[in-house]
Amino acid sequence: MKRPCKEERGRLARMLRIGRFRTERASRPRSQLLLLLLLVCMVTPSMLAQVRRPEPVKGDAALEERLHKLSQELRCLVCQNETLADSRADLAEDLRDEIREQMKAGKSDKEIIAFLTERYGQFILYRPQVTPTTYLLWFGPFVLLLIGLAVLFYYIKQRRDLIAEQPLTSDERKRAEELLRSGSGKETA
Amino acid sequence: MRYLIPLGLFLVLVAFLAIGLTRDPREVPSPLINKAAPTFRLPQLREPGQTFSAEDMRGKVWVLNVWASWCVSCRDEHPLLIEYAKTGAVPIYGLNWKDKREDALDWLGELGDPYVMSAVDLDGRVAIDYGVYGAPETYLIDQGGVIRYKQIGPVTRDVWKDKFLPLVQQLNREGASR
Repeated sequence: MKRPCKEERGRLARMLRIGRFRTERASRPRSQLLLLLLLVCMVTPSMLAQVRRPEPVKGDAALEERLHKLSQELRCLVCQNETLADSRADLAEDLRDEIREQMKAGKSDKEIIAFLTERYGQFILYRPQVTPTTYLLWFGPFVLLLIGLAVLFYYIKQRRDLIAEQPLTSDERKRAEELLRSGSGKETA
Repeated sequence: MRYLIPLGLFLVLVAFLAIGLTRDPREVPSPLINKAAPTFRLPQLREPGQTFSAEDMRGKVWVLNVWASWCVSCRDEHPLLIEYAKTGAVPIYGLNWKDKREDALDWLGELGDPYVMSAVDLDGRVAIDYGVYGAPETYLIDQGGVIRYKQIGPVTRDVWKDKFLPLVQQLNREGASR
């Protein structure tokens, strides 16, 4: 980067001074606000950690791990934006118990998911299966992307046609030269 | 002209959002419609020694209403259910979901009992089989034990008049001609 010349340096210094002046004046309420924000940031994670405390492990750890992994893929139907793993709704607890028992009974994840979708529908899956009813959900964004790209290409192509220089015909060139000659004569006058 | 395209797109977006606002995200379409009602055998609320099963209702059109004394919307729905039950159009059975027996009996004593009988689903397993995720939920089940309609949330007068009664009449007619 080019080093600032003398004049510029003076301006920069002035700006800095103004800046410092400003920060000094505003420092107290602002820093208090910052402190408050920091405190909030420090407090909430620990509170959340308390709220989100995993329920007491029932049985073996491997099974709990598997349960947790599977239930993260599943939607709690009571608080619809929470996974079954995170939700503390009664129904979520019941469903986790149900899944736990099915796992203990030796059911595969696939079988358990089938069990749940039979009762609650695809809605319980955060990643719904690809079926005709979910085509729009799965492929809609890509279709929109393609439409966007097509529009973009069309637009760029049109612009290029507009910008492209069109060679003058010999008649046009002659006229242009004449205009230039007469125009420059008038301008100097 | 060049403003019409963005304006058009904007209006389309507004239309989509407006439709989205009128829809209730809590109403999840049940995959159980037109499928066999899950079987169960549960103790009865008033006589715990006796059981009730969906099988007992074969050959009848009936309504299964999932309720609980802790459920706020059930309280709103309750006087309506009493009203519907009085008309005798279709027998209403209750599924008392994850409730305390005393609380449930108190509730019925206080507000009246529209149910021919209530079954007790203490641990909520039968409710899971029925895809229940929030009381009240109400199922209309036909003579063959097939779920024909499910209402999520209270059965309002409109729902009762426009959905339940016509279906009940149709099913009864079909049953009679069979």
